[in-house]
Amino acid sequence: MLDLEKYILRIADSALIISHRLSEWCSKGPTLEEDIALSNISLDLLGQANSLLEYCASINGKISADDLAFRRNGKEFYNFQICELENGHFGDTIIRQFLFDSYTLLFFQKLSQSKDETLSAIATKSIKEIKYHLRHSSNWVIRLGDGTSLSKEKIQNSLNNFWKFTGEFFEMDELDKKMAECKIGVDLYKLKNEWDNIINATFEKAKIQRPDDCVMITGSKKGVHTEHLEKILSKMQYLPRAYPDAKW
Amino acid sequence: MNKAATIWEVFIQSKNGLAHKHVGNVHAEDKEMALQNARDLYTRRNEGSCIWVVKSEHIVSSVPEDSESFFDPANDKVYRHPTFYKMPDGAKHI
Repeated sequence: MLDLEKYILRIADSALIISHRLSEWCSKGPTLEEDIALSNISLDLLGQANSLLEYCASINGKISADDLAFRRNGKEFYNFQICELENGHFGDTIIRQFLFDSYTLLFFQKLSQSKDETLSAIATKSIKEIKYHLRHSSNWVIRLGDGTSLSKEKIQNSLNNFWKFTGEFFEMDELDKKMAECKIGVDLYKLKNEWDNIINATFEKAKIQRPDDCVMITGSKKGVHTEHLEKILSKMQYLPRAYPDAKW
Repeated sequence: MNKAATIWEVFIQSKNGLAHKHVGNVHAEDKEMALQNARDLYTRRNEGSCIWVVKSEHIVSSVPEDSESFFDPANDKVYRHPTFYKMPDGAKHI
C-alpha cells in the first residue's frame, strides 16, 4: 500500500467509524428533532468517508471503496480510537462529537491547502459541513454544562472519560511527518494551540473544567484499537460479507 | 429535554426577495436550538436561503368563532376585487 493510500485511510476511517456510531442514534434520539440532527451529521460524515475511500480506491486501482469499508479487518482500520467508543448517554455522544468536530475542522482547514488537489477539494467541501457539526455539538456542551446540576455533572464526567483519547489527534508518526514535509498532509503539532483555544473557550462558556493532562491512549495509527471496533465491524460489515453479491 | 419543551413556528424563505413561508414547527429549548432543529428538519433538500423561528406563543391568531365577523363581510363586495379591469398582456404575477 502506498503512503498516500494509508494517509487517506486514516482520515476516511475516522469519518466512517464515528458516522456509524452516530447512525446508531437513529430512532433512539432524545427527541425527534435531535434524532434527525444526529442522523444528518452521521450522513455528512459518511459522505466524507465515501469521497475519501473512493479516492483511495482510485489510486489503488484494484479494490473498490466498498471493499475498503466492508472487507478490511479491525487491524487494518486506522481511525482514532475516540471514534469507536460507545455512544453512552446523550452527553457522552455530544462530548465525543465536540472533541472530534473541533479537531477535524482545524485539520480539514489545513488539508484544504494540500498540494494534492483531490484531498484539497474534499477538505474544502467538508469544512462547511463540519462547521455546522461543531456549532451543533459545542452548543450542546454549553447547554448541558451550564444547565442543571445533574447535566453539568454528567457532561463533566463524559469529558473526563473521553479526555485520554484526544492525544491521538496530535500524534505524528513517520508517515505523518513525511506527508507534512511534502505539503500533502498536515503538520498536526501546529493544530494543538488553536484546538486548545477552541475547546477552552467552549468549556469556559459551559462552566466545566478542562481535565488535567494525563497519559494518553495511543495505537490507532498502527491499527491498534479498543474492543469496541470489532463489534462495530461485525455489524457494519455483516451484510456484504455474508452476501458478497448482494445489490440494493 | 422535558416534555414541556417550547414549540417554535418555522418560516422558510426559498429565495432571496421572496416572502418567508410557514412550513411547520419544532420543539426546542432556546433560540439557537430552534434554528438548528428547523435547519435539520425543513431544509434537508435545499429548500431555503433563510430561516425564521418564532415562539408559537408569540403568534396571535384569530379564532374560528370570529370567522363570520372577520371574513364574511367581504363576500358581497365584489368591487374590492380588481376584476373590472382588463389585464395588460405584459403584466405577470398580478
